[in-house]
Amino acid sequence: MAALCRRFTGFHFLLVLVSLSISSLVFGDWIGDDEGEQFTEELLLKPLPDRKVLAHFHFQSTAHPSPDSGHHHHLFPKAIAQLVQKFQIRDLELSFTQGRWNYENWGGSDPISSTNAKPPGVELWATFNVPVVEIDTTWKNLTHALSGLFCSSINFLESSTSYTTPSFVFGLNVSNIRYGALPREAVCTENLTPWLKLLPCRDKAGLATLLDRPSIYKGYYHSQKLRLTSTKLSGIILEQTLTIVLQPNIQRNSAHSLLDGAIQPSWSISSMFKRNLTGSCVLARTSRILVELEKNIVSKLEELGHGGSWSNSLLDLSPNPFRVIKEVNPFPEESNSILFEYVNSKEYEPLDVGIKWKLPFVWSSPHAPFHASRFLMGSGTERGSIAISLQSTKSDEYFRSKSNECRMQAVVFQVVPWYVKVYYHTLQIFIDQKLQNLSDVIEKIRVTPSEDKKLPGTLELVLGYPCTVQSVALTLDFDKGFLHIHEYPPDANQGFDIPSALVTFPNLHSSRIYIGDDSSVHSPLLLKFQEKNVVLSYTEVLLVPFTTPDFSMPYNVITFTCTVLALYFGSLLNVLRRRIGEEERLMRSKDATKRGLIPLIVSKITSKLRGMPRSKPLLIFAVVLSVLFHYIVN
Amino acid sequence: MFHNMFKLCNLEIAKLLREYIVAVGAESYYHKFVPRANKFHPLHFFSSTTDNLDLPANPSCGSFILNAVGIIRAPRGDGKETIVLVTPYNSQNTTYSDAVSLGIGFSIFSLLSHVTWLAKDIVWLAADSRYGEYTTVDSWLKDYHGPAFPGETSRIVDDACFEENNSDSLDHIKVEGHNSYVYKRAGTMAAALVLKVVDKKEEERDSLSIYAEASNGQMPNLDLINIAHYLAVHRQGLRVKIGSIIYFLKASWVKLLGEMLQHITTLAKRLNPKWKFDITSADYVEGTATLASSIYYQALGVPTGSHGAFRNYQVDAVTLEFSPRSSLNNENVRSAFLLKTGRLIEGVIRSVNNLLEKFHQSFFLYFLTAPHKYVSVGIYMIPFGILIAPLPIVAAALFSSNNGSSNKDGSWKWLQAAKVVFLIHLWAMITSLLPYVLLQLPLGTPSSFASAWAAVAICFLLITYLILWSSSIDCGWELLKSVMIVAAAIGLSLMSVINFSTAQIGAMLIVPMCLLVKPARKQTQGVFAKALMLTSNLALLVVAFPPAALLIAKTLFGASGNIDIGDFWEWAQILWSWNSATYMYLLWIHLPCWVLCLNIFLYPCIGSSSKA
Repeated sequence: MAALCRRFTGFHFLLVLVSLSISSLVFGDWIGDDEGEQFTEELLLKPLPDRKVLAHFHFQSTAHPSPDSGHHHHLFPKAIAQLVQKFQIRDLELSFTQGRWNYENWGGSDPISSTNAKPPGVELWATFNVPVVEIDTTWKNLTHALSGLFCSSINFLESSTSYTTPSFVFGLNVSNIRYGALPREAVCTENLTPWLKLLPCRDKAGLATLLDRPSIYKGYYHSQKLRLTSTKLSGIILEQTLTIVLQPNIQRNSAHSLLDGAIQPSWSISSMFKRNLTGSCVLARTSRILVELEKNIVSKLEELGHGGSWSNSLLDLSPNPFRVIKEVNPFPEESNSILFEYVNSKEYEPLDVGIKWKLPFVWSSPHAPFHASRFLMGSGTERGSIAISLQSTKSDEYFRSKSNECRMQAVVFQVVPWYVKVYYHTLQIFIDQKLQNLSDVIEKIRVTPSEDKKLPGTLELVLGYPCTVQSVALTLDFDKGFLHIHEYPPDANQGFDIPSALVTFPNLHSSRIYIGDDSSVHSPLLLKFQEKNVVLSYTEVLLVPFTTPDFSMPYNVITFTCTVLALYFGSLLNVLRRRIGEEERLMRSKDATKRGLIPLIVSKITSKLRGMPRSKPLLIFAVVLSVLFHYIVN
Repeated sequence: MFHNMFKLCNLEIAKLLREYIVAVGAESYYHKFVPRANKFHPLHFFSSTTDNLDLPANPSCGSFILNAVGIIRAPRGDGKETIVLVTPYNSQNTTYSDAVSLGIGFSIFSLLSHVTWLAKDIVWLAADSRYGEYTTVDSWLKDYHGPAFPGETSRIVDDACFEENNSDSLDHIKVEGHNSYVYKRAGTMAAALVLKVVDKKEEERDSLSIYAEASNGQMPNLDLINIAHYLAVHRQGLRVKIGSIIYFLKASWVKLLGEMLQHITTLAKRLNPKWKFDITSADYVEGTATLASSIYYQALGVPTGSHGAFRNYQVDAVTLEFSPRSSLNNENVRSAFLLKTGRLIEGVIRSVNNLLEKFHQSFFLYFLTAPHKYVSVGIYMIPFGILIAPLPIVAAALFSSNNGSSNKDGSWKWLQAAKVVFLIHLWAMITSLLPYVLLQLPLGTPSSFASAWAAVAICFLLITYLILWSSSIDCGWELLKSVMIVAAAIGLSLMSVINFSTAQIGAMLIVPMCLLVKPARKQTQGVFAKALMLTSNLALLVVAFPPAALLIAKTLFGASGNIDIGDFWEWAQILWSWNSATYMYLLWIHLPCWVLCLNIFLYPCIGSSSKA
């Protein structure tokens, strides 16, 4: 617009101003409109069993698909809209994660863990609305655009060795999906700032003001996610979530308090984030805070006789919640989780939600039926094996109560870089430590073998086994490849990363149903919780030690070879000059011929160089000598 | 009843440790295993794989070992790497120093559980060393790196008997039952520290002994030792010691040599003050003693502690053994000691934690002459090369001189010599595998084993000679010597790659013997020269015979007086049970070389032999 203003003069300028003000008036009414763009902000707080607190920020922006808005938006970030338009994105999920999600203590089957527990580093997957042949180029361009947008090296996912095409893992049986992960990407404020810029109020107002960098990066887990869905019907939905696990301050006075310390630390928003929450983002349609008490806490509360009360002998929730939302469970005899809702609207009085624990209390989070972990077997720099083990958590009585024909399904998705040469025929599956016939256990398998310097290896596997199984283990043998010296990443001596494997349990869902009239609540976060999300867990990133060359060797070899060559040519020149017979003859015929010295030397050298076939073996000898020298020196 | 009580006591320690670990908020589990004896597997040298078949068929409930393991997940780390801390203790006979080392281990662990700087995970293994700490650590590492999925039936039996034994007695300890036996891992190991406290009195200061030698002369990266040494000396004011051989500290000839060197260096310094190689006599003596111990432990090929188990998996590890100035019963001494050791270990862990890459510069091949001084491979290979170099030259000289004199048979005469050498080597190889057969026999004492071994070996040798004589191989001693020298040179150079120290010590014995050996009946000019030749040959032949060398070393370094023939068997047993390549060297290279030299010495010299 500014460029426009400069081009036109006087009258035109006035005209533009008028039209601008009119349009702003018109669009101003749209903010509250259901048909137009919307922005909501929500924060979920949840005490965790290991004395930590989960904070889950959920910001959602939607843009209407109607064409009248043209290229302009009010709330919706233009950068994202352009991205969607340019690359024809249907679905996209990008996450930046630091730390690991603790599936044992922080839960493995609730909606938060199944949608917001992400592998360390960067993970990106996207589906496109473009013809199959164009997908790879679109993906490459997208990675570059995203890496510019989020100040990170997502562009490393451009190379065909780092992304893959899963066929059935993400539940979408489509060929236009691409998946890539960068486990070594460090995540810090430089990634958070561009992410915040996509919010209409940035971190100047509303819930995002809580994001005090030192306190959120001091946490145990930090995952910022961007989820994008675009359809013709509903337009573009942009969900930005930030999941952090923080440790409220505990007074560690003495070692004694550690041992009897079953008492949970009390916390409030201001004590955890070191900021006060005053007012919401004006542009937000809703701004609310939810505090969740897990069902194991609620069952304890019910035992004590205070059903859904927020102020009782066990804990004290302050201030009083605006509304209590209860989960409905298919099993009526069990207790359900409770959400306490606060509406963040007061401008002048800070909303300082917090829990004060009064009694020592221990509970456990809902686990996924199987805990997935992955490790390397073998040692040395030649070969090894990857093992993925699923260990029953025995937590879910639901399965135990069922009869024997209950069958569990698990989908394993594993991407392995090409230099880790996996032999897929060596796949062995042990159930309860007994080797199984592969055809009995595997329901579906898809293997894309790796291709040197072109494709990573991909394994997708659907396992079916009885629910009563204690442990399932998969092993795959691999050889470690040799790389060229320029193919090593920085810090090659640390080893090479194998990205996290993904284990999903497709017949388990982490959906929740809440009582309460949906029209009045209308919370995108709760809607999200009610979606049928598959329970999944990511395994650890693996570090494979590789043989590395001595990177300083070329330098040593070059210096030494040059020295040897210089010595050689120096002495050669010397020998050429000092031909005694010639010198004597010269001395004798000094008077007879008055020839210049330099032309004489030049002619001698040229005549010598013409007949010199021995320089090549000498060069080889020098190189060998220098390599030897290098090893002796080091 | 008493046994049962005691067993519960053993497990009680692990239970208590686990309770403490859980209380600081770390993950924890029990590692359980049944120890098994090291057996002689002739084909298992260099391979760390073990059969699962030799598990005891029905392990009794009391025979297994329970270790408590704690894991701290680095708060913001990605869990790719770990640092391992091991504190061995003997559960059956817990001493006060064991308790102190466990205390240090736990206090460091609980400190690390809430620090913010961790980038790598921390694993603390409280290893019950009832059956030897190496066995325990090794079995834990084996399960870490290569769990055996099939054939776990015996373990399940263990589980059952463990559960029923303890359900009644230990229910007051609240542990989340079923998950506590699930083996948990934490990424690739970056480094490991074995932490021990011994209660032996030191003179002036608290001291720290560093043990680093792993099997077959492998060493951890020098930087790990340097970190521990630097922090111990410059930060905590500890006295750092590494092993030294006392004989050299006391020997007067070493002192004399040191004094001579000191005089020379002072003289040199007077000539040119810029020359900086002055060394005091005391330094020289101490350096020699330390170097000798460093070479000795590397040459033996037996790890000096449980850190050796880590080296098998390419993990750098050292044992840090602390000993306090005075008795730990004194409250003040104890707290100061705990503070120092704790700070030192925290510092080492922090230094390793801050490394982005693992230790990788080529400082794996070295000898230590002091805790902060070393001899690198670039220096020690040169004397060895010079020592070995005459062998091929002499072999070539002997071969060419012999070939030149008798060219009737053509140049194939050496094949007959090679046949003799080959047969003797074959005999040596059979001898080296004999213990495997002997162990099947019920012989009882080590001395009877040793004599049986010797008798059978000599029998086989006689048979070999019978074969040689019946086929009437006569090739002249010069050719025989030349082929033998070639074989010895090849063997020594191969051994120098596998375990340099063994090759170095071996070369010092073999090379002069090989070069000097001559038939005793050979005519030489001059009585004096002949006598000199004979005595030197005899002396070398005696010294180079492995049992004789062992005997001499034993008497020199002041071992107990009575020497039994069974000692040799026990010594050999130590070597093969640790998969030491020294055993192979002694029997495959050294022994045949010695036999051939003896053969040449006793050669019925026929006049046709020319002068060498």
